Amino acid sequence: MRRNGSRILAALFLGVAGCGIGFAQTSTPALTVSNADNAWMLVSSALVLMMTGPGLALFYGGLVRKKNVLSVMMQSFAMMALVTLLWAIVSYSLAFDAGTSFIGGLHHAFMRDVALSPDADYGSTIPVQTFMVYQLMFAIITPALITGAFAERMKFSAMAVFLVLWSIVVYSPMAHMVWGKGGLLNAALGGAMPTLDFAGGTVVHITSGVSALICAIYLGKRLGYPHEPAPPHSVVLSFIGACLLWVGWFGFNAGSALSSGALATSAFVNTHFATAAAAMGWAGVEWIRNKKPSALGAISGAVAGLVAITPAAGFVQPMWAIVIGLIAGVCCYFMVAKVKQMFGYDDALDAFGVHGVGGTLGAVLTGIFASSTINPMFKDSAGKVLPSGLIEGNAHQLLNQLGGVAIAWGISIVGTLVLLFVVDKTIGLRVSPGEEIEGLDITQHGEEGYDRGA
Amino acid sequence: MQKVEAIVQPSKVEAVKAALIEAGITGMTIVEARGHGRQKGHTEFYRGREYSVDLLPKAKVDVVVQDEMVETAIRAIIAGARTGKIGDGKIFVSKIEQVIRIRNDERGEGAL
Repeated sequence: MRRNGSRILAALFLGVAGCGIGFAQTSTPALTVSNADNAWMLVSSALVLMMTGPGLALFYGGLVRKKNVLSVMMQSFAMMALVTLLWAIVSYSLAFDAGTSFIGGLHHAFMRDVALSPDADYGSTIPVQTFMVYQLMFAIITPALITGAFAERMKFSAMAVFLVLWSIVVYSPMAHMVWGKGGLLNAALGGAMPTLDFAGGTVVHITSGVSALICAIYLGKRLGYPHEPAPPHSVVLSFIGACLLWVGWFGFNAGSALSSGALATSAFVNTHFATAAAAMGWAGVEWIRNKKPSALGAISGAVAGLVAITPAAGFVQPMWAIVIGLIAGVCCYFMVAKVKQMFGYDDALDAFGVHGVGGTLGAVLTGIFASSTINPMFKDSAGKVLPSGLIEGNAHQLLNQLGGVAIAWGISIVGTLVLLFVVDKTIGLRVSPGEEIEGLDITQHGEEGYDRGA
Repeated sequence: MQKVEAIVQPSKVEAVKAALIEAGITGMTIVEARGHGRQKGHTEFYRGREYSVDLLPKAKVDVVVQDEMVETAIRAIIAGARTGKIGDGKIFVSKIEQVIRIRNDERGEGAL
């Protein structure tokens, strides 16, 4: 029986590999690969993967109690494995095959026709496989971000099933609408409602942040919250994680230029400036309110700034990036420190407060500060460059941005609610109260993060 | 024989240790501890949430000495640990009935 099983598995793998070999070589010969661009995009891909592991895993891992550190890290790591396989099988195709305005087709399922030559619409100087693997890293970190909301109380099995389904139902359609061929919101490829989202403010941060909020409300509070104290068990781990996120984000934002030219530089500088301003914004407000600037505040602010500059990175002037960062740092602080406590939901690690709020702010501010001198997105039929954002007189763009935000919020709320309901009714979402008290490391994974005996 | 048990600030452990050794007391046990007496805890802020931490990090230094050495030990500990501020700690002195050296079953003061 076992031998049969492994034979079937081997046959399946060969079949899949066969598909790849059979179709990979069909391509348009007119475009050539730029080794410089490809080098930068491969480095960027690796940088974005580093954001999830170890970046986000450490950032989140430090924020939970000792007994749950591995469970949180494992949730991020599981996305690195699960989403990768899902991407190869179907979700890349659903995001980036031509398809409809809302979702891609199945042509690229099992990596069919994902070639080593460029595709004019997906980075005309890099192999489309580079584009595919780069986009994969975004698809990995997005569901991993959600895990911050339901940390310390969700079953590992339920988490895995929920987030795999979420990748298909929420992430792929949103990525398709904003970046895919024929996508409704695609500003670069003539979508009906062009929305500016350079590196994933709507696709990554609004979807993950808003879904996180729904998860926090649907699952309910952790036992003892908010009366029992649950402070971070190691701000040191979080600190290292946040610094890795900052560095990795250069791949996320500057890599989104899909080339190594001047636009990548612009996105790189904006990313850095906004993050610095946001770190000072958050820590500064703390300094005024609590008399002390905290390390956790500074790094949380930095992440809020990275989130907010994401949609704007390749569209704005550097000084506006500083303004965007500062606004994000201050607003996200108040969301996390004040508004969350007012409403009483238990977004354990503030996935909504930072990513949902920062992503929404960034998407709106992009519509205000986008500059056609940085990135000429809109042209008339004669090829004349048209204004981009509100400050250049294009008020309509702000409406489009709000439309994009509304769609991202809508698909996240509906998709997440439906999926949570389905998983809740089939395998159940939460661990038992006893397991929650004992900790998820032991009850879900049978191990401990720190050896108490040694 | 008596046990002199001192709860001191963790930052004063090295000074206490040095003072004890200088006073001729070479055997001691030091454990990391948490606690508070009159010194109240403090407040920590994590993302705007306030946590009051009432158990503070302390160190416990244990020495067991002959009766005539007790005052010397107390003087040494105070010399090493006193800052004059609340939170310097406390010393407890208690009788010890028996001491046994595990290596050779030696008992009494000779085993100290």
